[in-house]
Amino acid sequence: MTPFGSGLRALSIATVAAVAIAFSLVFFYAPLDADQGFIQKIFYLHVPLAITALVGFVIGGVFAILHLRSGDRRWDAYSYVSIHMSVIFGVAVLITGAIWAKASWGHWWVWDEPTLVSFLIVFLMYATYYPFRYAIEDRDRQARYASVFAIVAGAFVPLNFMAVRLAQSLVHPRVFATTNGGLPGSMMLTFLACLAAVALLWVTLVKLELTAKSASGQLKRLRRALDAPASGGGPRIAPEVS
Amino acid sequence: MTPSRTAFAAILAKDLRSELRTLQSLPAMALFAVTAFVIFRFGLDRTSLSGSLASGVLWATLLFAALLGINRLFVAEREEGGFDAIRLAPIDRSALFAAKAAALLVYLLVLELVVVPVFAIFFLDSTAALGPLLAVLLLADLGLAATGTLISSMAVHSRARDLLGPLVLLPLVVPLMIAATGASEPLLALHGPGYHRFGTWLAVLSLYDLVFLLVGYAVFDFLLED
Repeated sequence: MTPFGSGLRALSIATVAAVAIAFSLVFFYAPLDADQGFIQKIFYLHVPLAITALVGFVIGGVFAILHLRSGDRRWDAYSYVSIHMSVIFGVAVLITGAIWAKASWGHWWVWDEPTLVSFLIVFLMYATYYPFRYAIEDRDRQARYASVFAIVAGAFVPLNFMAVRLAQSLVHPRVFATTNGGLPGSMMLTFLACLAAVALLWVTLVKLELTAKSASGQLKRLRRALDAPASGGGPRIAPEVS
Repeated sequence: MTPSRTAFAAILAKDLRSELRTLQSLPAMALFAVTAFVIFRFGLDRTSLSGSLASGVLWATLLFAALLGINRLFVAEREEGGFDAIRLAPIDRSALFAAKAAALLVYLLVLELVVVPVFAIFFLDSTAALGPLLAVLLLADLGLAATGTLISSMAVHSRARDLLGPLVLLPLVVPLMIAATGASEPLLALHGPGYHRFGTWLAVLSLYDLVFLLVGYAVFDFLLED
């Protein structure tokens, strides 16, 4: 088993530093938005979280393809943890999105904002990953089916964004410009710093989760080795322990 | 190695014959749909429907009726050892995907043959929309057949298969339903059928069908390995 833990400490320190720098840029450097004032600053958290979560889903799909192609169970663990972390980030996206919507439109939820609605549907899709995965008992089959799910859901994401956008674009104008071209330089810099910090946070949490999973797996193997009769189990398990 | 076309025809014929003899899925699907219409009549308190209400009622009903059939699609394979037989047979496994999707497509078409006229009799003032609606139904059925076959073949191996199929399938078909309702809404408008963005929605439906037929074909091999 590869030592997932190596480099975790350096990565954690880098993440804490990046988040601290990004947040101080948000509060002390970026100018107040002329229209929305202070509440616009949630943009620096909401959008990077959303981008990271979506990219994380795609990464989970790529790991799933690697798993199916190679049959190596490690890729399945990568895929699972990527999707798992992105779902958690997705909860944060929906909550920050709702806060922003309440502050700028007066409602906790607006159906006219296609990006938010698309994200909700994508989130609901990936939320079924857990019940789906854990309802399959055989471990090999579970890994294979979870990978197929990750690939199918990956193909679903762009189709969903397209359909939701089409359903609304002619009815309702976009309230925010999604292209960052409209941002002044200081806001753009802050946004990029936040995106880097959130992405780094995602990577660190994925690595932490993988380390925890590998440690508990190793512990389980050691326990089994201790319980097993010395004649049969011992030599077979020894290489893995060292 | 038996050619794929022969295997496809044999599995499809087997499925349709067993459905004809047992009548396990189709009557239940049709009955469910008609009862759902009655419930909508009282739930919405309307005796005639048009526009977005009509398209919403029609598609929600068809989708949930389809789920009944999708849930049962692989149950016989699982319980009577059909999966093992297919694995043993010298055939391309994708033939099973294609045949099952085709069988599901036939179920859905037969279901709509019964249910859509009933819908028109119950709620519609004119039948002018039914012609162009056929194109929407066909394309949406194709997408449902592809995703339904894929999800059902996985859900059938799980502990909670009746729960899991619909749970995973519903979010997956949201884009399909957006496009199908989007195309049907102007068709079912009060003052005769309209074609607002009809072509766009048909293109979205076709793209969805294409993507999930290809994905299903590509990954189905991995679902049968053991």
